[in-house]
Amino acid sequence: MKHHLAVNPIACTGHGICAEMLPELIGLDEWGYPIVAGRNVPPELGSLARRAVRLCPTLALRLEAANAERRVRQ
Amino acid sequence: MAHPVRIGSVRAMSGGQHRSSQLGLTSRLTSGWQASGQPDGLETHLDRYGPLPEPGTGRHEALIDAVTRAGLTGRGGAGFPTGIKMRAVASRRGPAVMVANGMESEPASEKDKALLAHAPHLVLDGAVLAATAIGAGVVHVCLPRSREQLITTVRDAVAEREQAYQNRISIEVHDLPHQYVSSEETALAAWLNGGDARPTSVPPRPFERGVDQRPTLLDNVETLAHVALVARFGPAWYRQAGLADAPGTMLSTVSGAVTTPGVYEVEVGTPVGDVLAMSGAWPDSAHLLIGGYFGSWHDIADLARVPLAPAALRPIGAAPGAGVLVVLPPDACGLAETARVLAWLADQGAGQCGPCVFGLPAIADDFGQLASGRPKGPLLDRLDRRLWMVNGRGACRHPDGAVRLARSALTAFAADVKSHVSRRTCLAARHGQRRGSVLPIPRPAGQKVWR
Repeated sequence: MKHHLAVNPIACTGHGICAEMLPELIGLDEWGYPIVAGRNVPPELGSLARRAVRLCPTLALRLEAANAERRVRQ
Repeated sequence: MAHPVRIGSVRAMSGGQHRSSQLGLTSRLTSGWQASGQPDGLETHLDRYGPLPEPGTGRHEALIDAVTRAGLTGRGGAGFPTGIKMRAVASRRGPAVMVANGMESEPASEKDKALLAHAPHLVLDGAVLAATAIGAGVVHVCLPRSREQLITTVRDAVAEREQAYQNRISIEVHDLPHQYVSSEETALAAWLNGGDARPTSVPPRPFERGVDQRPTLLDNVETLAHVALVARFGPAWYRQAGLADAPGTMLSTVSGAVTTPGVYEVEVGTPVGDVLAMSGAWPDSAHLLIGGYFGSWHDIADLARVPLAPAALRPIGAAPGAGVLVVLPPDACGLAETARVLAWLADQGAGQCGPCVFGLPAIADDFGQLASGRPKGPLLDRLDRRLWMVNGRGACRHPDGAVRLARSALTAFAADVKSHVSRRTCLAARHGQRRGSVLPIPRPAGQKVWR
């Protein structure tokens, strides 16, 4: 199954651990908050991505199924 | 800044059948506004629109079907198809909850206030009918705490209905804190659940789990008034006004450099120039804000012949939003106006997401430097990078809206940008005294209240 990384922006407090662990997919903005690549996590980075998710101190980082159903938005 | 209510009349009244014949093509919601300036009582309301259609018992598809076939879309700003939203809630298990959103936090919009002040029963009809259709036993009407008169009007209307009908569906009127982001759907659900009126992260979206953990339908009050009309007169009648792909009428609040500012009801798809002509836009005005503070600035010449409808506006990067049109007076500086709004939007965030908390003040500060002609460092590059950086990174669309407004200002006022940055003079200000704020900036009420 293909996955991509997503950040819950309310939970995130900008520790930056994710960007340190996974610079291939996560950068930081000028205020220290993560900018995640929208593309799928390549297989060779899968275990690092899962570790980054586990180590996020505020549980803000998650892996999402790439083809999640489109949701109704107002 | 109470705008008078005015009736649009771009197309003449056309004959129809039954009671719908009393309503013109462009005076459906506004039919009674001219008469008294008072809220329609229940009797007057029923006389004008006819009796409330018997909604049937329990969850039913007929209204959802009719609303879908009418092609009604949300009038709160995003324009999502109402029938699809209703069906999404109705198809979930267990009892649902109905929320009527009358928060109208857009400072340049007055249409929801005007609608509720004159036709509260039309909105309540729509809310009760929609509630029945989705299987909800309760309607929550959410209004801004700052509009006390309006709250009284709606509460009176609810009381009047309790006398007249044996209500199977209870209607509760709530007064919420009036912050810009408090009108967002997840913020309403959070407040009704006992929390702060601040957006929450999604999923779950309210249609999945909203108020009391139940599937929740949130609709703008104008949308619900249209639902009441569709229920009474049917989708074919509804489609007599507007465009095939955007039927019906819409309320539009026109202000700025116009002789008769106010709330107008127009057919969806009326050329923007016709709406401006109707409201007496000053002939020497050149720029227009469309869609409110999450909207965009444009050259009036580019918009004049374009229909006020989503599909036609999209190619030029505009959207009708909640129908806000503000004409920029020729002696006002669009960059200064935008800078003031951006500073206000930066302050109006919920204070939850880092990119918004830090990004919007930084962008507003950059824009302030641009407006005052005092650029520090590589201003335009920095601003461009920050706009790109902040876009799409909040739990709600607050940062995206601010970015959209800022970007459109940089394009629409490109000549001013150049002169502000290089020659450090304002083209608009040269024509006379620089005027005060055109776009209304609500005064912050001291400590921000979210509960």
